[in-house]
Amino acid sequence: MTSGKRISITQIILLLASISWLLVAGTPFYLMALTGFKARFELMSGGSVFDLPEVFLFDNYREVLFEGPFLKYLGNSVFVVSISVLLILTLSAMSSYVFARIKFRGRSVIFSLIIAGLVIPLHVTLIPVYLLTQQIGIYDTLWALIGPYVAFNLPLSIFILTEFMRQIPIELEEAARIDGSSTLNTFIKIILPLSTPGMATLAIYNAVMLWNEFVFSFVLILNPDSRTLPLAIWEYQGEYSMNIPAVMAVLTLSALPLILLFIVGQERVIKGMMAGALK
Amino acid sequence: MDTTSIQAEGPVSGGYGQKNPSSFWNEKIITAILFLTPTILMLAVFVVWPILSTLRLSLFDWNGIDPTQTFVGLENWARILNDDIFIKAFGNNILIVVLSIVIQIPIAMLLAIFLDRYSKLFISKFFKTIYFLPLLMSSVAIGILFKFIYDPSFGPITMTLKDLGLNQLVRPWLADPDIAIYSIIAVVCWQFIPFYMVLFLAALTSIPSEMRDAALLDGATEAQFYARIAVPMIQGTMRTSVILSLIGSLKYFDLIWVMTQGGPFNSTELMATYMYKKAFVSADMGYGATVASAMFIIVMVISSVVFYASRRFETEV
Repeated sequence: MTSGKRISITQIILLLASISWLLVAGTPFYLMALTGFKARFELMSGGSVFDLPEVFLFDNYREVLFEGPFLKYLGNSVFVVSISVLLILTLSAMSSYVFARIKFRGRSVIFSLIIAGLVIPLHVTLIPVYLLTQQIGIYDTLWALIGPYVAFNLPLSIFILTEFMRQIPIELEEAARIDGSSTLNTFIKIILPLSTPGMATLAIYNAVMLWNEFVFSFVLILNPDSRTLPLAIWEYQGEYSMNIPAVMAVLTLSALPLILLFIVGQERVIKGMMAGALK
Repeated sequence: MDTTSIQAEGPVSGGYGQKNPSSFWNEKIITAILFLTPTILMLAVFVVWPILSTLRLSLFDWNGIDPTQTFVGLENWARILNDDIFIKAFGNNILIVVLSIVIQIPIAMLLAIFLDRYSKLFISKFFKTIYFLPLLMSSVAIGILFKFIYDPSFGPITMTLKDLGLNQLVRPWLADPDIAIYSIIAVVCWQFIPFYMVLFLAALTSIPSEMRDAALLDGATEAQFYARIAVPMIQGTMRTSVILSLIGSLKYFDLIWVMTQGGPFNSTELMATYMYKKAFVSADMGYGATVASAMFIIVMVISSVVFYASRRFETEV
């Protein structure tokens, strides 16, 4: 870039667009976190929502965190998400290995059918799944969520992991075969360790998706004790309908875990979140 | 590569040679069966069987509680074809599809070009972080946050307009049937523009820097380089994002449910919210199943058409 170069129209447009979007993207977050520090009636007392709080009150955050069941909901979410993600990773690793490495008749048909699951709207399964969980007695417990969570996230996970495993050089396995290693052994000793980066991406993607899942928990969970975070947020809204600062504190606290994860491993999280669109 | 060129059978990739002893062949097949069983079981129980069950239930009249389900044949299907609310909901889904694509892709592209062009500046790292934040929030949280932002008496939008002396522009953003759907589409764009931006940015980053250098040497301006070379080069990614946006928009539920529950007067009704209301609110399970089945058929048909069209398009390019 030579100095003294005139700033072009394009640069101005780009700059304006990006600064406007910075405001558009950032302002709601600013308002959310800030309003959480305000007193209950501060919003109605004529001041602007953009003003800093008269006093930074930690009461809302403290109240939500320690005087209510928020931590229990957080625990519920952690529980459901971790079990589901573990199951998704296990099942998709096993299936992807078969699709990537074992040839048999009908392989591509089965694979295509599984991939077709990518576009199925989950609403078409809601009524039967709701009835099924009632019949087997897990309706209204966290266990009811795990089946649908795993099943609906398998297709994409298998698709991505199969692509990933196909990139692994086959020579390694052939060497192991000559040494008399069984298919199962090859999978555990060679393929799994080499698939770790792909699995990490999938773990992040599925964890983010399930952490924010609403529809299944909304239909399958009734009692307050089994609420996951998104469902809890929805219920808080009714509970605190007249107390906007408290609602904003809940929103901020519920968004915090993922924002922290993002700060810790930005590039990895971005990669994980994009897993659904990579291919 | 993108979603449209799924190759299930790679002749080169995968599979071992055919020269194995038969015992080995058996061992492989047994492993394959064992390894696929859990996945197939999960999908059978939670996806395939529920779909068939919903299709079956669409032929019955049932309130969800009685032990008896009354067989009514195609009555529910006749009803849905003349159901103004369902047609309105389908129209809203299509409106979201069209407006999402038209608004999100150009803005996302502009932002991606900005980040790509100034990737070396520290400030762009900061921009990128802030831009990405909406993707980390659940739709439920976003919905509740924007209910506050749209609040007609003390929400920030109303406040700002009043401060600027534009009182005549203040509207009940979510309570006016004529504009509620547009208020919601604005939020949908706010939520997903970062996603497409990151996608485009990844594609732009993968363009070799020699191309830019060569173009600039040949006297092209930065703007010309992006407009004539970079953007056409990432067409595949743009096509992917259109498909993702299309399929995603047809299944939309969370945000609308939290913000308006399909109201006022069904003005923001979507296929998914209508299905939920019929099945779980009005205890009209048979008709709810019909709405769900119709939604399923519509999504599958549109997806297949788009999938094959883009594949054909791919071979032509």
